[in-house]
Amino acid sequence: MGLLSKKDSKLILDPLADNNPITIQVLGICSALAITAELKASIVMAVSVLFVLGIGNVVISLMRNIIPSKIRIIVQLVVVAALVIIVDLVLKAFAYELSKTLSVFVGLIITNCIIMGRFEAFALGNGPWRSFLDGIGNAAGYGAILIVVGFFRELLGSGTLLGFKVLGDPIEKTGLYAIGYENNGFMLLSPMALIVVGIIIWVQRSRNKALIEDH
Amino acid sequence: MNLKTRLNILKRKYRGSKMAPAFNAIHTFLYLPNETTRGGTHIKAADDLKRTMNTVIMAMVPCLIFGMFNAGYQHYLAVGNIQAVSGGFLSAEFWTLDNFMVGFWKILPLVIVSYGVGLAIEFLFAVIKKHEVEEGYLVTGMLVPLIVPVDIPLWMLAVAVAFGVVIGKEVFGGTGMNILNPALTIRAFLFFAYPTWMSGDKVWVHGAVDRDQAIAAGQNLDAISGETILGSLAQGKEMAYSTAEMFLGFIPGSVGETSTLLILLGGLFLIFTKIGSWRIMLSSVLGAIVMGLIFNQVTASGWITDTSKFYGLMSAPYWEHLIIGGFAFGTVFMATDPVTASQTNKGKWIYGFLVGFISILIRVFNPAYPEGVMLAILLMNVFAPTIDHYVVQANVKKRMKRLKAKVA
Repeated sequence: MGLLSKKDSKLILDPLADNNPITIQVLGICSALAITAELKASIVMAVSVLFVLGIGNVVISLMRNIIPSKIRIIVQLVVVAALVIIVDLVLKAFAYELSKTLSVFVGLIITNCIIMGRFEAFALGNGPWRSFLDGIGNAAGYGAILIVVGFFRELLGSGTLLGFKVLGDPIEKTGLYAIGYENNGFMLLSPMALIVVGIIIWVQRSRNKALIEDH
Repeated sequence: MNLKTRLNILKRKYRGSKMAPAFNAIHTFLYLPNETTRGGTHIKAADDLKRTMNTVIMAMVPCLIFGMFNAGYQHYLAVGNIQAVSGGFLSAEFWTLDNFMVGFWKILPLVIVSYGVGLAIEFLFAVIKKHEVEEGYLVTGMLVPLIVPVDIPLWMLAVAVAFGVVIGKEVFGGTGMNILNPALTIRAFLFFAYPTWMSGDKVWVHGAVDRDQAIAAGQNLDAISGETILGSLAQGKEMAYSTAEMFLGFIPGSVGETSTLLILLGGLFLIFTKIGSWRIMLSSVLGAIVMGLIFNQVTASGWITDTSKFYGLMSAPYWEHLIIGGFAFGTVFMATDPVTASQTNKGKWIYGFLVGFISILIRVFNPAYPEGVMLAILLMNVFAPTIDHYVVQANVKKRMKRLKAKVA
């Protein structure tokens, strides 16, 4: 990587795997459970968080020396809120149906622990470029899990991917449905999202010896 | 050379290798192992885990056989080939070879799939995680075919068993470590994943779903109504079965849960052999009776009239709740699971009571989930450790007080 120094590229790559915000830090679970029934919604959510966290980290980092530490949470909230409103309005303007599916969860990006966490833990103490990378990395780690969960939930729950009937038509009985396959309705319920996230955590931890905690 | 020595030689040969647990399991399943414990403190007792499990299975066998006859009986009755049972439990119309063969060929595959998939996963995990294969699945594998509708597609059962054994048990560390009852986890998975095959009025009688599809395809046939009693009560309809039929089990339902009489015998057998906890069974029945009486009082005092959608189930006499649906089966065979139930005696009373109480509560107030007993037991499984914690803490506190009084 010529573009990034080794230290900088670690900022992006670490949250994707060994320090993933969802599977290792177990943050941002609420939205991961709520909107991952469809792959499309997961992708939009991932992109939205990428935008908010990338820009937000830069803004906070630029202001880090002038924010009085007593009111820093309020300042952070204002920054996130402003960015989330931009996302929300853009979605409403260009993808109204999708914005209805995501409903309140776009607004709730404000309370996503990952965002406030990165502001507090990283942007307040680092320069804008590194904060940007950190934001992008964490949002990508979050988004990657969302997309994986969304992929399995939509495929097994509805038999579709991004709305395309990849397994055949359940009403016309074509494709897999012709031999008696049926969609797994449990996949569409939130508890199953928790179980899918749990399985990802399980697989990740058992493959990576460094993550195994001893008791 | 007999099989035992041959297995023993194989066992020695593979000792320390990856496949060792698999050979050990086959050997200990078929024979008493040759090894004896040396040194240290140990208890000499006749019952080990294997024998405990076998006793529970023995208690369930009558339910299984009855379920086979009943599957055929319900099928022929619905098709209109035979008349309803007129005599008592030993009616000749019921115990016919025809009835048995229908059920046998429907239910045997369920048993095979349940054991095949479940044990395959147990062996796989034992080999990967390098622990011995535990006997825990023996009972679960028998429970599963008894608590599903007879026509459930086999691949669905296989998926559910795989899910239940992995997520319900192996992730927690295998037999003895699980929080939820694995058999009920399997059933809950089926229930939420494939509701069209697990609830409604078509799934309980063999052939009803096929018949429905044939009618939809334009054939001129009568639909089979496989409605359960809970279903018709929820809709406020007249009960189509007599009390005796419900108690003896000549009613549609999951494979092995219809005959309260045989479940009762199985329960007595478990209590007699000291495998099942009588505290849990008794308190669960008490809980159900209390909840049923409360509902009966509510309807009797006129707070809820027959315009309410809850009226049908609420006004059913309290004792009827004990003999319909899966309540009896759940109480005797599922709630008493020693791993997931409360461990302390006081805790068992609380746990059992709440199982019964909540079963009837869910059954009445959520007609979409008529099988409240499944959800109630799963819920109480989660709370069992909490109940135990407070029971133990209360005892600690009591004794501390006594100690202080003595010192002072």
